[in-house]
Amino acid sequence: MGNLTLSESVTTAVLDTWVRSFAALVAENRDHLTELDAAIGDADHGSNMDRGMTAAVAALDETRPTSAGALLSKVGMTLVSTVGGASGPLFGTLFLRMGTSLGNTDASSATEFAAALRAGLGGVVDRGKAGPGDKTMYDALAPAVEALDAALADGVPLPAAIEAARDAAAAGRDATTPMLARKGRASYLGERSVGHQDPGATTVALLLEAATRASF
Amino acid sequence: MKKLINDPNDVVVEALLGIEAAHPDLRVDHHHKIIYRGDVPKKDKVGIISGGGSGHEPLHGGFVGLGMLDAACAGEIFTSPVPDQMQAATKLVDGGAGVLHVVKNYTGDVMNFEMAAELAAAETGTRVVSVVTDDDVAVQDSTWTAGRRGVGVTVLLEKIAGAAAEQGRDLDQVAEVARSVNANGRSMGVALTSCTVPAAGKPTFDLGEDEMELGVGIHGEPGRERLPLATASEIAERLVEPILADLPFAKGDPVIAFVNGLGGTPLIELYVMFNEVNRILGGHGVTVARSLVGSYITSLDMAGASVTLLKVDDELLSLWDAPVKTAALRWGI
Repeated sequence: MGNLTLSESVTTAVLDTWVRSFAALVAENRDHLTELDAAIGDADHGSNMDRGMTAAVAALDETRPTSAGALLSKVGMTLVSTVGGASGPLFGTLFLRMGTSLGNTDASSATEFAAALRAGLGGVVDRGKAGPGDKTMYDALAPAVEALDAALADGVPLPAAIEAARDAAAAGRDATTPMLARKGRASYLGERSVGHQDPGATTVALLLEAATRASF
Repeated sequence: MKKLINDPNDVVVEALLGIEAAHPDLRVDHHHKIIYRGDVPKKDKVGIISGGGSGHEPLHGGFVGLGMLDAACAGEIFTSPVPDQMQAATKLVDGGAGVLHVVKNYTGDVMNFEMAAELAAAETGTRVVSVVTDDDVAVQDSTWTAGRRGVGVTVLLEKIAGAAAEQGRDLDQVAEVARSVNANGRSMGVALTSCTVPAAGKPTFDLGEDEMELGVGIHGEPGRERLPLATASEIAERLVEPILADLPFAKGDPVIAFVNGLGGTPLIELYVMFNEVNRILGGHGVTVARSLVGSYITSLDMAGASVTLLKVDDELLSLWDAPVKTAALRWGI
């Protein structure tokens, strides 16, 4: 899975590998994510995301979607139905909007993939109303989207562009530590939220890390 | 942890079985974890649903019945239910006049209800209006947070909006009544102990024998400040004064005064608190038109109380007095 016949073509098989790599990374980091959430939230981010991604992989095994849109929408709907809290609608909407953006196709170009990730970011903003510096998943996802676009515009091949996006997400994740939370349950902590890395941004960094492992 | 449970993971599921067995007027959709009236959908009556994380009982399932909610969606403990649940509940109670969603202002609840409303509109064309409660004055800086939390006013709103729907008012009118309840109500709470989430097995936060957390939320969120434990008289002042300063209430204003237990505080202490609240209100010339004392919106086994004051006019009072028949509130029948 993930072998490319056409350079920079994002196939449904590649997206499938991406989703499965993400699920594996979430499972590996489950306790870490929950510990981060315990400090500034309600100590369930790791277990909730793991439950959701495990269900998403099971849904893919069962239905074997044949288009990018069907695959990403299946993942999104499964997250919405199984995760709960704020993470379900937020990560669910991210995948749903990517699915809508790519549509009923088996292979997309690098720029179409980048546009889909940007559409996903748009969905997260619509749903969560977060902006830069609010100490949320936005702070990792927005830099990743920008980095991916910028690298592709510079003619960087997709695999290297995705590595740039991964690095930007990781830097964005790290940058959430000194921030004061202004959204979600962490915001009630006020100053006490400073000094803690945001769990949602951490999960976004895992999503981009998974992409580098998916042979885009 | 000492709790009357079997497996911590089965608490919500088994409680729903118990509710179904105890209350023959109610039905339970165990797959979607929905408690609903046996007589819905009622043709041309606005449906009212609510829901949220479990652990706040009797909110919301205990308020399903004549004159209050048509259905309540139960999430995992302290975790919002998912959109499928509210979508299914909306479908169950829609008698053609649309459905009101009563949502407490927590990020997860707001987003999941929002998605459910979108899905319901797309699937069946049901008209949904949402009203979000955000009455907790302990959250001072609403601009830089997720906003004030929905607490005690939710109970009063579900009663009053439920009566308006039962009278046959249309969806916009019921929503307007609901919004006016939220606009005229304020709450503040105090914790004497933490709560213990069954799956966690240990207290959510540490609070010393001689400490209290003022302005606490209903999930063990931090409050405004941690203070040395004080007398009921002093605690009542610290809860009521910020509420009175916030709305503001004027001399002669009639209110519904609601002293609520958070789960681990006995009724006798709630009456001691009510006496103090009544005294303070008297001092401000605020008239207690109606009262409610008991544990109606709880935080598992947390000891403590909250005070909610709702400024009322004749219309809201008559809706408050209208018949209600639910597991937890029942009068006029």
